[in-house]
Amino acid sequence: MSVTTLPHRPHRTLVHRQPGWIVRLFDYKPFLIVMCLTPAIGLLTVFLTYPLGLGIWLAFTDTTIGRRGVFVGLENFQYLLSDPLWWNAVFYSVFYTAVATFGKFSLGFWLALLLNNHFPFKSLLRAIVLLPWIVPTVLSALAFWWIYDPQFSIISYLLVDVLHIRSTNIDFLGTAWPARFSLIAANIWRGIPFVAISLLAGLQTISPSLYEAAMLDGASAWQRFRFITFPMMLPILAIVMTFSIIFTFTDFQLVYAITRGGPVNSTHLLATLAFQRGIAGGELGEGAAIAVSMIPFLVFATLFSYFGLARRKWQQGEAND
Amino acid sequence: MTNDITRRDALALGISAAALATTGASAQTASNIKAADVPAPALPIEKGASLRMLRPVRFVKADEDVFRANAAKFTEKTGVEVKVDFVGWEDINQQTAVTSNSGAGPDIIIGFSDAPHIYVDKLIELTDVADYLDKRYGGWLNLAQKYGKRSKTNTWIGLPFGASGGPLIYRKSVLQSIGYDKAPDDHAGFLELCKKLQKAGKPAGFALGNAVGDGNGFASWLLWTHNACLLDEEGNVIINSKETIAALKYLKELYPTLIPGTPSWNDVSNNRAYSAQEISMTFNGVSLYFALKNDPATAAIAEDSEHQLVPKGLAPISPMGGLTLNAMVFKHSPYPNAAKAFLQFMLEKEQYEPWLNANSGYWSQPLAAYADAAVWSGDPKVKIFKDIMKSNYYNGYKGPISTATGAVNADYVLVQMCASVATDAATPEAAAAEAERRAKRYFRR
Repeated sequence: MSVTTLPHRPHRTLVHRQPGWIVRLFDYKPFLIVMCLTPAIGLLTVFLTYPLGLGIWLAFTDTTIGRRGVFVGLENFQYLLSDPLWWNAVFYSVFYTAVATFGKFSLGFWLALLLNNHFPFKSLLRAIVLLPWIVPTVLSALAFWWIYDPQFSIISYLLVDVLHIRSTNIDFLGTAWPARFSLIAANIWRGIPFVAISLLAGLQTISPSLYEAAMLDGASAWQRFRFITFPMMLPILAIVMTFSIIFTFTDFQLVYAITRGGPVNSTHLLATLAFQRGIAGGELGEGAAIAVSMIPFLVFATLFSYFGLARRKWQQGEAND
Repeated sequence: MTNDITRRDALALGISAAALATTGASAQTASNIKAADVPAPALPIEKGASLRMLRPVRFVKADEDVFRANAAKFTEKTGVEVKVDFVGWEDINQQTAVTSNSGAGPDIIIGFSDAPHIYVDKLIELTDVADYLDKRYGGWLNLAQKYGKRSKTNTWIGLPFGASGGPLIYRKSVLQSIGYDKAPDDHAGFLELCKKLQKAGKPAGFALGNAVGDGNGFASWLLWTHNACLLDEEGNVIINSKETIAALKYLKELYPTLIPGTPSWNDVSNNRAYSAQEISMTFNGVSLYFALKNDPATAAIAEDSEHQLVPKGLAPISPMGGLTLNAMVFKHSPYPNAAKAFLQFMLEKEQYEPWLNANSGYWSQPLAAYADAAVWSGDPKVKIFKDIMKSNYYNGYKGPISTATGAVNADYVLVQMCASVATDAATPEAAAAEAERRAKRYFRR
């Protein structure tokens, strides 16, 4: 058979060796690389690099809405350092992120462990859990805005008019600390599904044989969690926490829709303060400087959760100790 | 919202006639407006001119219908096509900024109060039209002059179309039940009234939260009635004064009498609380009254409500600023004469009076002669809005209007000064100093 087909081969390959210039062009690697990368790089430049670069540039100018600014060096940043409202926003951003992340992870992890069990309507329940995360933030923010309303709060209504536990409405958003914690509660409610579902995915990758071996050794439920579940979950915890911290630190919609940074600026996050100064107040340069001032915090938080939680060698693909 | 006017001619004219009928003045009724016989400025309209304009969206449907019908009349008369776009209130400032910076887009924008002062370099002067209207219709009112003219000059850069203010609105029956016919004009009396209202379980409520309209309205009232103000005539920040501190000390006494939660109020909170009968007195524009009146469920509340000019306190007149519609023409327009002719046409009584009437009191006139318009002899509870533009007070009183006066407003500098004292977050002295620091930052150039 091979003998009979041999004579035909040179003829066929000859045809293939004479492709058109287009085919040759598309086979030319440098050309292909340029062709394939240009759209991606173009999109990134136009929609990511340029706005980011412009934002950073604006932070060093005194641009306002309606007026082109001039380069002022670090003036905006110097002013921010002397501005108690900026320090207040830094404090609340860090506090908000820390408390909300802690809340989201403790409750989210717990929820993930519960959802990892076998029970009826498992898939349906897992889908329902995602709801707070699926609802557009502004909608859930508006719902919380009503829940926290000084006059028409459902919680106040229940406590005052139905259960008669209190005689006055709760003033959720009228004073600094209650307003801060009210917003954190709303953020935790919204963030739990993301954490729970991500961690649930992680839980399902842990091999049941590990638990079986531990049970044979007589490990208690707590020991199984402490020495199997938790260490095995650390890598995914690190990633999910990094994302969660970034989302929380840069949160805008919840705060802006519920309090607009009030009462008396006590609930401004850096993102809302940047918007308030840059767009509402018209000081684009200063607003950009506030936004830029978030970058070091974000880099630090990312590095911390990444290196703090993912230190083991086996997590980086090397042998275990 | 974009519509080509010419195609809607017949329809819009029909609607406008209907709208006039509903506001009590039929199109056939002879106008009461006195107009002096003054020669109009020569504005030869450019060949092939067409205009595009932006204005804020309507309060009431009749506003838009009559405005479009008037624009169509202009097209009929001059052959100049006018395309009017109605823009959301939140967006008009941004769109003006883009138009001004890019030097392209609409020829005319009706913005709010200080907009022409922000973009003054990009605008053409409207002095000839303004002077003509001034002589023809009994003179521009105080607020119109303040917002229309470039500060300290007689050069007009904007043509105000109307203003909307926030007087006191209260429940007549509640005040009567504690022995008042109306709210007292002096500080001590007003405080006493608020105390009694609170005892009666129907307290007053004034926004102290981040509410651009109501929050700034209340803060300004508090300062102006104590003769405190943000700026002096030269534009220096003088907020940190003994008058301000007196005002803040008064607030400290007033605040406990208000309904709890006002530091978290935004612009709709007082409307809601008033409609739900949680409060019996607040400052608000006429929109609250109309909302109550037009809903059968709350019509009784409207029936029981009265408007009153805000208490004077130490001020010589009842101090009330007004949100002003302010028209400007951009230098980049290829048809400046057509644009000026259009604005002049819209402010002439044949067009302006029906439009003013169609607005049923939401906007009040900038020119003295229009005080005789039919709208002000309709609902007596709306009559008080007639003189909004006679006020001497405006945002940034009593300095020159600039970008920074608007920014101080939008950044709630004065509202937060008040709120921090009310909630004991700061002493009056510290709050005034902090407001001065923040205001100076905005006024640094």
